[in-house]
Amino acid sequence: MKFIDEYRDGERARPIIEEIHRLADEPIRLMEVCGTHTVSIARYGLGKILPPTIELISGPGCPVCVTSQSDVDRAISLARVPEAAITTFGDMVRVPGSHSTLAQERAQGADVRVVYSPLDALKVAVAKPKTKVIFLGVGFETTAPTIAATVLEAKSRGLDNFFVFSAHKTVPRALKALLDLGEVKLGGFLLPGHVSAIIGSRPYEFLAGEYGMPCVISGFEPLDILQSILLLVRQVKSRNPRVEIQYRRGVDVEGNRKAQEVMDRAFQPSDVEWRGIGCIPGTGLALREELSGLDAARAFDLPPVLSRENPGCHCGEVLRGVIRPRECKLFAAVCTPQNPVGPCMVSFEGSCAAAFKYEL
Amino acid sequence: MNFMCVAIPAKVISIEGSLAEVEVGGIFRTISIQLTPEVQKDDYVLVHAGFAIHKVDEEEARQTLELFEELGALEEGSSEKPSPDGLEHSTP
Repeated sequence: MKFIDEYRDGERARPIIEEIHRLADEPIRLMEVCGTHTVSIARYGLGKILPPTIELISGPGCPVCVTSQSDVDRAISLARVPEAAITTFGDMVRVPGSHSTLAQERAQGADVRVVYSPLDALKVAVAKPKTKVIFLGVGFETTAPTIAATVLEAKSRGLDNFFVFSAHKTVPRALKALLDLGEVKLGGFLLPGHVSAIIGSRPYEFLAGEYGMPCVISGFEPLDILQSILLLVRQVKSRNPRVEIQYRRGVDVEGNRKAQEVMDRAFQPSDVEWRGIGCIPGTGLALREELSGLDAARAFDLPPVLSRENPGCHCGEVLRGVIRPRECKLFAAVCTPQNPVGPCMVSFEGSCAAAFKYEL
Repeated sequence: MNFMCVAIPAKVISIEGSLAEVEVGGIFRTISIQLTPEVQKDDYVLVHAGFAIHKVDEEEARQTLELFEELGALEEGSSEKPSPDGLEHSTP
């Protein structure tokens, strides 16, 4: 596959790995904040071929994982709305809410459908005018423009049976909140490639400018990640933090202006709760007033749910990079992909799911 | 493919309005190019959740690969494209 295979070439990796080994003579802790990076690093065993001085930890980069318990519960309640069809990306289906899961609701007769694209959900709404099609909007800035485009199209077509439940979140300010918590001492960030394809590199500049954090926006193939780590090590060694783009074939400084515009037409910043971190102001995306008719949060009267996380679940600490999956007492013992306690084990991009799949 | 961040590079085969037929690894699908309206036939795009989210900059792609090659050449202490260890090296 073009633009993929070339970046998986083991031969090309060798000199990069050797250079990293040569340069990394001091401990460097790097945080990656994208679930797809977590999976790629685990799948290709990159942690093992790096020198022991380099520590890679995962941050809150899995959108399903950082969805708050009350948002999960609300999404599950929506499945009980009469004549509703929940349309969602796959990994939300098995996330444990306080009392149920979407999978359980489906087993009890709810209409819950996994879709690849929000446009598929729109097609269902067009085909079934009596069905209230509710799309669960979970994702960062990579995904939000696609939902924005879809909801704007639904509005312009005058559909009255298409709704979006927005649990969308934005990344840059969340990284600031994480740094302000001051729990984990970080040497640099491996920044998400496709979020950045949309937002560009500018929104991260404060990380280098105000916090002195080396930052590299990375692609997802093993060569991309290795090159990005090399660039980060060089920044650390030269004591010259900045935001660099490794993933130059997909990311530029300005990002995708059209996508940003579309996002801005449909959404406005809101305050939203992140699992494990709490409320981070301005990192949510709420549907604008003129789209309130398509806002599932406003269109349906949901019964109040007393949300509670499983007290033994340590997803919050995993998401903040305070512990690794295997340091959670429940990991691979009580909590497994077949029997997940929290979202980090459910989501394809969850740290615990990746650790379970590739490191055991 | 339901990963939140995954976007696959696909080749634009044909365009009709805001939809494009794209191909990746021999598989064809129809996607929206609403977010990348400037895209043209034969361009490569990153596809996510049924939308093209960014054009693939082929020149940058080539330069990134060249960087790897250069690093390899530096490592081997020569400015040529060598294979002193007898291993096959692919040339761009």
